[in-house]
Amino acid sequence: MKRIGIDVGGTNTDAVLIVDGKVLKGVKTPTTEDVTSGVRKALDLVLADNRALAASLDGVMIGTTHFTNAVVQRRGLNKVAALRIGLPASAALPPFVDWPTDLARLVSGEVHMIRGGHEYDGRPIVPLDRTAVREIARKIADAGITSAGICAVFSPLTAECEQEAAEILREENPDLRITLSSDLGRIGLLERENVTLLNACLQNLAHKTTNAFADAMRASGIEAPLFLTQNDGTIMRAEMVERFPVYCFASGPTNSMRGAAFLSGIEDGVVVDVGGTTSDIGYLKAGFPREANTAVEVGGVRTLFRMPDLLSIGLGGGTEITEDGNGIGPGSVGYHLTQEAMVFGGKQLTATDIAVAAGIAEIGERTRVAHLDGGIVRRTLGAMREMIVEGIDRMKTEAGDVPLLAVGGGSFLIPDRVEGASEVVRVEHHAVANAVGAAIAQVSGEIDRIFSGLSREDALVAAVEEAQGKAVEAGADHATLKTVEVEDLPIAYLPGNSVRVRTRVIGAIAAQ
Amino acid sequence: MLREIERDELEPLATGAWILGAGGGGSPYLSYLNMRNLYEGGTRVKLMDPMALEDDDLVAVVSNMGAPLVGQERLSDPAFAAKPLRAMEDYLQKKFRAVMSVEVGGGNALQPLQVAAMTGLPVVDADSMGRAFPEAQMTSFAIADLPMFPLTLADIRDNEVVVTRAASWKWMERISRKVCTEVGSIAATCKAPRTGREVKDHGVLYTTTKAIRIGRVVREARRRHDDPVAALVEAESGVLLFRGKVQDISRRTTEGFLRGRARIEGLDGDRGSTLDLEFQNEFAAAWRDGEVAVTTPDIICVMDSISGEAIGTESIRYGQRVSVVVLPAPEVLLTPKGLQHVGPRAFGYDFDYRTVFGAAA
Repeated sequence: MKRIGIDVGGTNTDAVLIVDGKVLKGVKTPTTEDVTSGVRKALDLVLADNRALAASLDGVMIGTTHFTNAVVQRRGLNKVAALRIGLPASAALPPFVDWPTDLARLVSGEVHMIRGGHEYDGRPIVPLDRTAVREIARKIADAGITSAGICAVFSPLTAECEQEAAEILREENPDLRITLSSDLGRIGLLERENVTLLNACLQNLAHKTTNAFADAMRASGIEAPLFLTQNDGTIMRAEMVERFPVYCFASGPTNSMRGAAFLSGIEDGVVVDVGGTTSDIGYLKAGFPREANTAVEVGGVRTLFRMPDLLSIGLGGGTEITEDGNGIGPGSVGYHLTQEAMVFGGKQLTATDIAVAAGIAEIGERTRVAHLDGGIVRRTLGAMREMIVEGIDRMKTEAGDVPLLAVGGGSFLIPDRVEGASEVVRVEHHAVANAVGAAIAQVSGEIDRIFSGLSREDALVAAVEEAQGKAVEAGADHATLKTVEVEDLPIAYLPGNSVRVRTRVIGAIAAQ
Repeated sequence: MLREIERDELEPLATGAWILGAGGGGSPYLSYLNMRNLYEGGTRVKLMDPMALEDDDLVAVVSNMGAPLVGQERLSDPAFAAKPLRAMEDYLQKKFRAVMSVEVGGGNALQPLQVAAMTGLPVVDADSMGRAFPEAQMTSFAIADLPMFPLTLADIRDNEVVVTRAASWKWMERISRKVCTEVGSIAATCKAPRTGREVKDHGVLYTTTKAIRIGRVVREARRRHDDPVAALVEAESGVLLFRGKVQDISRRTTEGFLRGRARIEGLDGDRGSTLDLEFQNEFAAAWRDGEVAVTTPDIICVMDSISGEAIGTESIRYGQRVSVVVLPAPEVLLTPKGLQHVGPRAFGYDFDYRTVFGAAA
């Protein structure tokens, strides 16, 4: 297996070359405005000593904040036509209802609500109003809109209405790019519709971006398939990303935690990523981050995405310390560390200076902190470690001790023995853990919907089969699939064994 | 006696109602969105002091009935919410003076506001639970043995049902539940009309104001980066029962209830202890290290320890860091008759009411 993993961040583009499970090289280069040239440079640097590998790579995996940033910064978005199917239900809360006004104004082209949709048990609410769909199709064509999002009530249960409406739209507009909410899953009409519309407004950018990545690869002489990472720590083919760019939202922290798991060979434990300003503490279970429960907003829009459950504490390598050692942060010198920290000749006492004075880190010039009072150094170091121990304890859900994976530039702040941790694991290449996480990503399939009229056991089996189908469609090898999550939720007040099942399966990438 | 509900009270009302839901009642978010839109369009709703009701005024008790999960797909709609009230007026050939909520906990806290927005009637500052409960006989009006009929029920299509008579509160629950299921497990209802006298004597009073107040306390603390949980406990004379993280969760549906159990492992001052919570749509009882610590009708609220946002029995999940706060139940629920309707034995437990507020009744 030969792969390149790339993390295109806001500041740096990192790349790693992994061959047969070993990191051969890791590089960092500044992210560029056009993305392509930065990725190209990273590819060239990481392949510098192994040019011959370019032709025989199995895949390039890219993690990027590009689509999230486009929504947050309101740039590069195209107009969309929103079609909601469900009247007479849900009429008072039309599409875009809870979007920030500026974003809604930018994205909203046509907004229509028509009759149709289903009940929780699969009965139609009322028949789909096909005549209305055809009229809307003509309006979309007249308005010159190129992307549409369709969302029907209870479509995760049955996608019939959405599919039929899409066909009619396509008959009138053969080139229209259409996002169906049933492809994006999950019960919760408004959130599912929001994600559908976000996906629809990223269509042009997704096309452009995936092409830019492909161009950079071609220019570097790479013919391997291109994958992008999703927020759940898995990947999908670039062609899928063109259709579903929303799945790439916020994959960064996930990649970092997955990278730590890979570098250490540990699948269950606490990951502490100590950066310049904060430490992010997350929890790995079966090699994947535990997810946060709260609804996640992207650019002010409520979505149904789950993000890794991270606890951020105000302690990093650049954290400012008062002279008496009693004040620790939350201020930080951040990326000015190499000018402002004492070990670099600056005036500000930082966490890094304390670590150097205590002899646990070798950064800058130790003589510059030799004057610090030994008692203050010991006490401050103790207090900083206490903050980390406290944070870890908050994130732990198991009674027993678990391994602790220390990553990030400031990870020297983590002592070798931590209460509640069975061991503290430090690994090589931890500074490019994100790119490693991208390189090792697998393929997943997920479903979340209601099953009626089946026994609980049959519903679970049916759910896993559907999720496997999705994973294979996304590029997984069926033989390697394993189920990582099954959650069933019986539904109050619904008769006849109605059960909501959420399940996720993952597997290795299928051979091309 | 009659005042306008301000725009900036709507969000606190939603926050507070979700907390008073004791894990049930469904999230008020969508109903809040409707009210926000209506207010943006210039609509205003008035809140009425229950004591301003004349004895023979007629008050509509409205609710949105059904599975909260269905409510996430078939979204809350003010025009739909007002239909059963009009059907009731047609049936009675009488006009309502005001509208009130069956329960202040969860989404139903905003149901009378939506109806008021469509009809111009004022909202009475009262409900019949002071929290959320799953069934019709668990109201202060049922405890007072008031008649439970007639009831009107409307569907989004052109279906309306009037239940003209029922043999008991339990029969009314069974019949209306059946109809509700048939029309998609969600229906707007107008319960048995109440007179002004009945509301004043048997309603749980000033609960809309209470929900707004609770929401304000929590949101204000969050804004100041103070501890919203501590702020709530102080402002409402509650008790912080437990702080910890959710370690295990199991759920099942039986007889129309979402039943289940959550185990919370202690943090901070509760380190080394565990709290087991059982729920039947709402949180019904809690055991600390195996000993019953508190039961319904005390209001057992599970909140996110950081944000103070309420966590529902459908959304409580493994790994969440939560605070369990107990708020005092309305007095009417603590009388011997009240406990027959909503005490632990009404939920199938073989033990009596246990409270964290001094001696049990």
